[in-house]
Amino acid sequence: MNLRTFLLGTCSAVALAGLAQAETLTIATVNNGDMIRMQKLTDAFTSKNPDIQLEWVTLEENVLRQRVTTDIATKGGQYDIMTIGTYEVPIWAKQGWLLPLDNLGADYDVDDLLPAIRSGLTIDGKLYAAPFYGESSMVMYRKDLFEKAGLTMPEAPTWEFIADAARKITDKNNEIYGICLRGKAGWGENMAFLTATANAFGARWFDENWKPQFDQPEWKNALDFYVKLMNDAGPPGASSNGFNENLSLFQTGKCGMWIDATVAASFVTNPHESTVADKVGFALAPDTGLGKRGNWLWAWNLAIPAGSQKAEAAQKFIAWATGKDYLKLVAEKEGWANVPPGTRTSLYENPEYQKAAPFAKMTLDSINAADPKNPAVKPVPYVGVQFVAIPEFQGLGTAVGQVFSAALAGQMSVDQALASAQQLTTREMTKAGYIK
Amino acid sequence: MARNVSTQRKLVTTVLAWTIGILIFFPILWTFLTSFKTEAQAIASPPAFLFFDWTTENYFEVQSRSDYFKHFMNSVVVSFGSTLLGLLIAIPSAWAMAFSPTKRTKDVLMWMLSTKMMPPVGVLVPMYLIFRNTGLLDTRSGLVMVLTLINLPIIIWMLYTYFKEIPGEILEAARMDGASLAKEIIYVLTPMAIPGIASTLLLNIILAWNEAFWTLNLSAAKAAPLTAFIASYSSPEGLFYAKLSAASTMAIAPILILGWFSQKQLVRGLTFGAVK
Repeated sequence: MNLRTFLLGTCSAVALAGLAQAETLTIATVNNGDMIRMQKLTDAFTSKNPDIQLEWVTLEENVLRQRVTTDIATKGGQYDIMTIGTYEVPIWAKQGWLLPLDNLGADYDVDDLLPAIRSGLTIDGKLYAAPFYGESSMVMYRKDLFEKAGLTMPEAPTWEFIADAARKITDKNNEIYGICLRGKAGWGENMAFLTATANAFGARWFDENWKPQFDQPEWKNALDFYVKLMNDAGPPGASSNGFNENLSLFQTGKCGMWIDATVAASFVTNPHESTVADKVGFALAPDTGLGKRGNWLWAWNLAIPAGSQKAEAAQKFIAWATGKDYLKLVAEKEGWANVPPGTRTSLYENPEYQKAAPFAKMTLDSINAADPKNPAVKPVPYVGVQFVAIPEFQGLGTAVGQVFSAALAGQMSVDQALASAQQLTTREMTKAGYIK
Repeated sequence: MARNVSTQRKLVTTVLAWTIGILIFFPILWTFLTSFKTEAQAIASPPAFLFFDWTTENYFEVQSRSDYFKHFMNSVVVSFGSTLLGLLIAIPSAWAMAFSPTKRTKDVLMWMLSTKMMPPVGVLVPMYLIFRNTGLLDTRSGLVMVLTLINLPIIIWMLYTYFKEIPGEILEAARMDGASLAKEIIYVLTPMAIPGIASTLLLNIILAWNEAFWTLNLSAAKAAPLTAFIASYSSPEGLFYAKLSAASTMAIAPILILGWFSQKQLVRGLTFGAVK
């Protein structure tokens, strides 16, 4: 390899006098604010590593997922670094599709990574992906509407309080809805929210023997509660609302509360985008007193496909992009509020960050409270808070999401939706060999 | 009285045609308008139609983030390349089926069309493996090939129907004058079928330009056309509608302009043979 590189280098030096031989890393990534910002800052990396060039493939999340999954499953070798979620990491690592990141350098400080995030990326004691940004979910609420209704949001509210407050705030004549929640069908849309919420209600997807649990009273309580609350205090057409639709409703002042990803905090408090930027308060995701809060855990991570020819350069880049110095670089260029959140303990200990990001403490508490290995009140055989980390979940989650969305839209009753979810999940899990 | 009715009818059809036309065009117009709004204005409710602070910042932002020209060139090469290659194959085969049909011709035509009936995702993995093994992944030539193949049935079908309208006697006369097969196709058949060929060409360029499944799945950084350019601006977590609209406007503008200038040709070709 070295000889080849040397010969190649010599040849090109002779043929194209002066043109340097560089290694090109192709990086597949999602279109979110933090990733786009990183692409703009990579000069800092390439100037220190002139032998490495970067090529970006930015795609919408669902397109990216399909694209990189096809590539890694067929060993296509199109990408040297892939941006993947916490859902993919354990599945892909077990398949042997990812390289363990064991060469991130002495000053990388792996122990500084937030334990909840790190644990979801570690399989058999090895780190298979490095977190670029992490998020949980929390309650965002309108302080002015709460004041007007004479309510005070506790730091750690219960679902009972949330439902009561939502109904009080709702003023349908003025298009103010007490609560906006996801209703659009999809494993990453309504099912992310409902699976996490169900955890707080004591429900779980499967028992220890992979038997689906939708026929249990906990699921009925959770879904019943959600549908009734949304009918009383939610916006019209909620069954087609996902993250973006709710973000738009909240930013235009139509929601009293919104429970969703912590990343939304930076959008709703941005005065350029949000009409309610100075009126937003934050609280932990609600619970029902059973010991689990319905807050999820997600991170976008950088990983290297197994069999990569450029693993060394790729690890170098990952160490740079997810390292401590990168956070400082962003702070220097764009301010502390724009630093990618949710990956490192040291960031949350930094007083400058605490000052610049009013949602910092809530984000950290929410992430720390999530436990992907013990997500539910009862024991479960799977990893994942708002998902079940098995390959079948994308299909299953979306199918169940469709019947739950139909229940919200009033096309079927809660009982019918649960029976249908139980039936289709049992069928799929039997077919996949989980249920003997 | 009779004249009165016809004016009335004319009025009704004109209003109806304009209404349908505007309804169909409205999403494109809305995308265009949104591309000049700020992100906050883009989601404002009630939405502003024309009276907002027009800004071109989205276009600058899009251009600074991704290399439009590179994606544009890839789209041009892939769509024109695949259409021309497709025509090269389709003209002789449509000739064969139109002028010397056998009893299996209808079945062959049906079989070709049937390849369009399968959802493309069903063959994604085998195609991906073939592309990987032949080194065609993320190359323009690979995309040209795959788009030629998926559009070939449509090209052949369209050309076949046009060729059917041309009397076989004219070709026969050319043959009697001693024209070879190649000369017969190039000098006699092709000029007569120009409107048909032109509309097939245009329609296929549009189809290839808009093809978003294979171009997204078989390309990465080097050969990615404008479909990948748009896909990089859509996001399930974050409202970037103004930027997405700017990217979409930039992606559809070239084909829209091409379509606008060639619409007469397109309509003539598509209705070719319908009125005798």
